[in-house]
Amino acid sequence: MRPTKLSTLACAAMLAAVPLAACGSSGSNSSSSAHPTLTYWASNQGTSLQDDQQVLAPQIAKFTKQTGIKVKVQVIPWTTLLNQITAATVSGKGPDVLNIGNTWSASLQATGAFLPFTSSVMNQIGGSSRFLAGSLSATGAVGKPPTAVPLYSTAYGLYYNKAEFAAAGISGPPVTWAEFVADAKKLTKNGHYGLTLEAGQIPENVHLAFELSQQQGGSFFDSAGKPTFDTPQNVAAIKQMIDFMQADKIANPGDAQYSKGTEALTDYATGKAAMVFWQTASGSLAKLGMKASNIGVAPLPLPSPMPSGGKKVTSMVAGINIAIMKDSKNLSAAEKFVKFMTSTPEQESLNHTYGSLPTVQAAYSDPAFNTPAVHTFRSILSTTAAPMPAVAAESQFETAVGTAIIHLYSSAATGKTVTSSMIGQALSQAQQQLGG
Amino acid sequence: MVDTIRVKQGVTASAPSSPPKRRWWRRGSLPYVLLIPAILLELLIHIIPMLAGVGISFLQLTLFYLRNWRAAPFAGFSNYAVAVNFSSATGQALLHSFTVTIIYTLIVLAGAWLFGMAAAVLTQRAFRGRGAVRTLFLIPYALPVFASVITWNFMLQRDTGMVNQLLMSLHLVGSRPFWLIGQDSFWSLVIVQLWRTWPFAFLILTAGLQSIPADLYEAASLDGAGILGQVRHVTLPLIRPVNRVLLLVLFLWTFNDFSVPFTLFGSAPPSQADIISIHIYENSFVSWNFGTGSAMSVLLLLFLLLVTLVYLALGRRGARHA
Amino acid sequence: MHEPAWFRWARVIVLSLLGLFAIAPVYVMLTASLKPLPDVEGAFRWIPSHLTLSPFIDMWQTIPLLTYLENSLIVCSVASVASVIVALLAAYAVSRYRFHGRQVFSVTILSTQMFPGILFLLPLFVIFVNLSQDTGINLYGSRTGLIITYMTFTLPFAIWMLAAYLDTIPRELDEAATVDGTGPLGAFIRVVIPAAIPGIVAVLIYAFMTAWSEMLFASVLTNDSTRTLAVGLQGYATQNQVYWNQIMAASLTVSVPIVVGFLLLQRYLVAGMTAGSVK
Repeated sequence: MRPTKLSTLACAAMLAAVPLAACGSSGSNSSSSAHPTLTYWASNQGTSLQDDQQVLAPQIAKFTKQTGIKVKVQVIPWTTLLNQITAATVSGKGPDVLNIGNTWSASLQATGAFLPFTSSVMNQIGGSSRFLAGSLSATGAVGKPPTAVPLYSTAYGLYYNKAEFAAAGISGPPVTWAEFVADAKKLTKNGHYGLTLEAGQIPENVHLAFELSQQQGGSFFDSAGKPTFDTPQNVAAIKQMIDFMQADKIANPGDAQYSKGTEALTDYATGKAAMVFWQTASGSLAKLGMKASNIGVAPLPLPSPMPSGGKKVTSMVAGINIAIMKDSKNLSAAEKFVKFMTSTPEQESLNHTYGSLPTVQAAYSDPAFNTPAVHTFRSILSTTAAPMPAVAAESQFETAVGTAIIHLYSSAATGKTVTSSMIGQALSQAQQQLGG
Repeated sequence: MVDTIRVKQGVTASAPSSPPKRRWWRRGSLPYVLLIPAILLELLIHIIPMLAGVGISFLQLTLFYLRNWRAAPFAGFSNYAVAVNFSSATGQALLHSFTVTIIYTLIVLAGAWLFGMAAAVLTQRAFRGRGAVRTLFLIPYALPVFASVITWNFMLQRDTGMVNQLLMSLHLVGSRPFWLIGQDSFWSLVIVQLWRTWPFAFLILTAGLQSIPADLYEAASLDGAGILGQVRHVTLPLIRPVNRVLLLVLFLWTFNDFSVPFTLFGSAPPSQADIISIHIYENSFVSWNFGTGSAMSVLLLLFLLLVTLVYLALGRRGARHA
Repeated sequence: MHEPAWFRWARVIVLSLLGLFAIAPVYVMLTASLKPLPDVEGAFRWIPSHLTLSPFIDMWQTIPLLTYLENSLIVCSVASVASVIVALLAAYAVSRYRFHGRQVFSVTILSTQMFPGILFLLPLFVIFVNLSQDTGINLYGSRTGLIITYMTFTLPFAIWMLAAYLDTIPRELDEAATVDGTGPLGAFIRVVIPAAIPGIVAVLIYAFMTAWSEMLFASVLTNDSTRTLAVGLQGYATQNQVYWNQIMAASLTVSVPIVVGFLLLQRYLVAGMTAGSVK
């Protein structure tokens, strides 16, 4: 329900009220149109909300000095960000600029609440060719102008424990899945496992299923955007995942309980398991006390030989995008801010601080990004990363398929054998939930 | 048998009588006047949004129309049809979830009431440290839900959790069972919800017990009733109004509770513990399918309303025959 | 009053078992709050192998815990007291008067307990936005909106339960008081309320705790400076890391004032006026 009763007075009051509402003060803070105040909802990227404020403050000050535009930053925890975006969409009352998870792009695009980055808008912020192709691919539905631009990028890698590998006589990270299973089996003994999985959590399961399905030549949606869950390739991909636990026995059945999003990484960091599939995690691993010299990262393995139609995909495109709300009263100021945040110096500085990857190519010449891990991730992002299905039903897909996989892992963990036909059934039931 | 109790009340002694005050409200309208603040608040915060929610159930309100609800196409009863179509996967899952939730609610309700009643009766008579004991029992109620239920998640982990540690060291089990997935996940949910709920029942019942005059117990014991008999014949009848409300709201709250199962299991609970509030949330709101979610919620509302009306009607009939 | 021996034993055993049940997770929280982060998800030990106080120190920095605590205390205190006052008036009407529409009123407000919060959330937010524009009172991003919301959320149960407690107070008490010519409201305030103190205290606790733990509406109706604890504690779950030990430390710390409050209030859960006035 958009507000319909708007006298010019109320309109002006609303202009002032948006930044006021955002900071919750009832003091008068008149903002003239020459020097507007933007409201920016930053997502939590650092070690804490305070930390994010401290990281962003000097950058914002730089921006204000350059342009005279003030920015009121609110750092929002991930657990409430989507709720708040929804409320802002519904009421028309929200920030000017905000961060969004990049997998939300197509869904949010469908609401029409965000400013499309048409070529004219793109030119305002410096043009689309500056961005990494991989990062730019996760910004909305195919064939439509992006609904956001990439701000921070991450990708999945295979994290392995160098010390444990050396002790087991394994020379380097596995390149094919056959090598992977063999290595993991060598490392699985006496309560220690070769692999740990966050098998109770929806995003981790769906991302891996997506990557493996791409490798098998499958996809979860067809070109018309209709769901195609129950296909042999998708079944094979999920069977591969479940077999890590039930047939290969390289993952602890207890991993099926891991639903909080942190357990698998902790198991890897504390030496309970030798390998884990995870997004860029150097910061977290340090906090968990893992020695930097033991941390090794490589792209996910690929099947050998590649199945027909299979794509060399080792990661989905993960990251954070920055978007502008269409209802913003300060569109040109907002565009200037987005231009600032995606400018090369800012990309270098912020991504370096946060441990993520710049989304613009020019930033990679910064020597700070000249480490082996960053090289690995950059090459993954440039060559073997694919975006999650860019359809409006993306979050429904994640929930339906992710839940199905979690239940399959539970069955495997509690001793029931999971067969391909069971997987097929689970996938078709999931598809029915999307009305397909 | 102590049946109805006639209580003799003394008349408070003489305050000097004053001339009858002039009322500024019409005689007979006092109850309505007293209700006005409650009615206004309820209308603004509960009733109107609820009616909007019911209205949404007749619309195809997906994320395409979030920005402009009035443009959402009218869906008639199709959202409801999806929910009640028990031959479809969605409908069957809903039915399963509903059944699990009812059983779980009834067990938690019975347990919470029993524990609460036992604790209330046992702490009714003062003893040294009673204040500390009562406060101790209320601690689960004081702790933030997220932290305490996540703690239960840690405790119930198969390999690292305290529960299995204890069971193994007491030799009560041969091998470590799963508590968060599989068959026993239902009981884990029951126990955690019980842990959070019974202190509240204890609080309400303790307060209720305070209005029972002590000499009624005297009279009953003189009639030969032991402690249990006194509870049966004095306590229970006199806290009947409180019990009626307590049982009903405990049923409603447990049935609709979202945070405990969500925090314990995450967004994909095991099918044995597929509680309906999560089920509806995951199948609709998470994907911005507000129309469907709303329809499922309205169906739930109708069911609970029916249960409530039947419960109240039975209660009134019981009271008349007492 | 004579207490048989078996009763005394039963009391000790049952209360101890219930006490252990209540306290077990608290012990786990306590040990978790004193562990370094990697150990929290490790195997449970009765005495942790590494003890550290740093979670209790870091927790104030990771999120603005003090601000959130302040906000929660203010919002919950005001909302609970206001709710009890409004509920008392309504409960008195429901308990003491048989007026037209009594059933309709009672069942309607009870029906609000059957509707999931998420369905109220968005229409309510839109109403608040519209109201804020029309009246200038800031209802979202402020504590006011949250207070009004929480007051109303707790009203149905508060009215029902207070009416039930009032029902257990004999009407003769009212009548005895009105003999003095003080009118029904006077009787209410001078006589009935004191007799209902245990019930009022119980409902006050309920209203406070309900507001204290409410997460969904707080997430949308508050901003950085007005955020409450229930939402704020989620800030320990950052992008890269969930600080479980700090969550436990913070949760225990903010519960201390609550538990102290309980300790002080439970004194009122004692037999009041009705028990004393029987001849």
